[in-house]
Amino acid sequence: MLDADFFRRWLTAATAAVDREAARLTELDSPIGDADHGSNLQRGFVAVSAVLEKESPATPGGVLTLAGRQLISTVGGASGPLYGTLLRRTGKALGDAPEVSEAELAAALRTGVDAVMTLGGAAPGDKTMIDALVPAVDALGTSFDAAATAAEQGALATTPMQARKGRASYLGERSIGHQDPGATSSALLIGALAEAARDE
Amino acid sequence: MKMLINVAETVVADALRGMAAAHPELVVDVENRVIARRDAPVEGKVAIVSGGGSGHEPLHGGFVGHGMLSAACPGEVFTSPVPDQMVRAAAAVDSGAGVLFVVKNYTGDVLNFDMAAELAEDEGIQVAKVLVNDDVAVTDSLYTAGRRGTGATLFVEKIAGAAAEEGQPLERVEAIARQVNANARSFGVALSACATPAKGSPTFDLPPGELELGVGIHGEPGRERRAMMTSGEIADFSVDAVLEDLQPTDPVLVLVNGMGATPLLELYGFNAEVQRVLSGRGVPVARTLVGNYVTSLDMAGASVTLCQVDEELLRLWDAPVSTAGLRWGM
Repeated sequence: MLDADFFRRWLTAATAAVDREAARLTELDSPIGDADHGSNLQRGFVAVSAVLEKESPATPGGVLTLAGRQLISTVGGASGPLYGTLLRRTGKALGDAPEVSEAELAAALRTGVDAVMTLGGAAPGDKTMIDALVPAVDALGTSFDAAATAAEQGALATTPMQARKGRASYLGERSIGHQDPGATSSALLIGALAEAARDE
Repeated sequence: MKMLINVAETVVADALRGMAAAHPELVVDVENRVIARRDAPVEGKVAIVSGGGSGHEPLHGGFVGHGMLSAACPGEVFTSPVPDQMVRAAAAVDSGAGVLFVVKNYTGDVLNFDMAAELAEDEGIQVAKVLVNDDVAVTDSLYTAGRRGTGATLFVEKIAGAAAEEGQPLERVEAIARQVNANARSFGVALSACATPAKGSPTFDLPPGELELGVGIHGEPGRERRAMMTSGEIADFSVDAVLEDLQPTDPVLVLVNGMGATPLLELYGFNAEVQRVLSGRGVPVARTLVGNYVTSLDMAGASVTLCQVDEELLRLWDAPVSTAGLRWGM
């Protein structure tokens, strides 16, 4: 079973991963975006770590809901509402149980990913974070490591796609040949989940 | 690339502190990132709140004041502000007559303003929204995030601001804002890419001797790259791109807008070419504004915005305005 501490470790690992990869995310965001994805997420996750330390919610749902709200309040751009909604809606789906099973987390994360698709209007194949998150959620039934690998492959698979959502979509065919920064950061988030699970 | 900054992390806060020092007629909340009229809320007046990423100055903070915006929310550079800022701004300027959010059509701005509208309504503030999407360079709306909001934002904020200033109700101010957006189209070109403080180098690579046609205002490349053209050729291309989409029957307002690093000398020369093309196409010009108003950091280049106006919209355009970035008639 996964408790609030597991979810705190997930977000701590995510903060470290975003911090480590910030320059690369910004670099990926340069040719098809506006060169700020790394610094924006960095600002958000640093704030998430700070608020979790301060308020220390007792339940998995409480941790994710608070983290999501904090991302919405600090990141801005599209990634703030989208990542914020992902965590907040996943957290709400977990309710106030003190511990949740892996299957419950997988179901809740699917609710969160669905909410992101509704909010952003993106579907798989649009060259967005959805292209990493949907395969990750599908693989979560197998294992955390399988989910991390699926997210990573999903991010790589965005390279030949033409963007249909977000700022990269303005480039039309010129968006082809670049890996999507949002799918890349989503793979980092799922990778951090696998990392937290390995520490169990 | 050299920049006149301390560190990238504080560019927005530093600029806000400087703005506060230069403009005592504004209340600048540096910590919460809200710029508001000092006299707000004005009794019985609809408030207009806009915002967006920083890096487009004087948009939006430079348009706060009499006859234009009630408040603005600057985000990080090229990053939409967060809902907390917008709700705080709305609460600070709402007189009870309601608030109009002017939102440029970018995924981030739309999402954050939508969330803010819901939160503000929870606090009992009546909110209306108008989306600005005037950029004809984005052709295929079905497969993109839709047309971007660019130069027309200035027309929407000025004309809706004038309507609000004379006490028109929220439904009417909103309708006027929508009408201005529906009547306006823009097209922009870049002669160089811009450098964001966070990256410190140009966001895309534009070789000497080439230009980008159909650029946005966030350092994103355009739709097409060509060998460098003359001012006259760029005017032909840009005005035609706009007129393909807007066939004005009434006279137009013309905004010849600099992207940030193109000298006024060149902008005025470009305006002469724009007027030549308009005259050749039989489009009557009511008013023209030339300058750096909706910028993209240190990008070189320009955009052309045309907005068709009837007598009422023209009267509101001519109404007095007093802001840091736009001022006449008072």
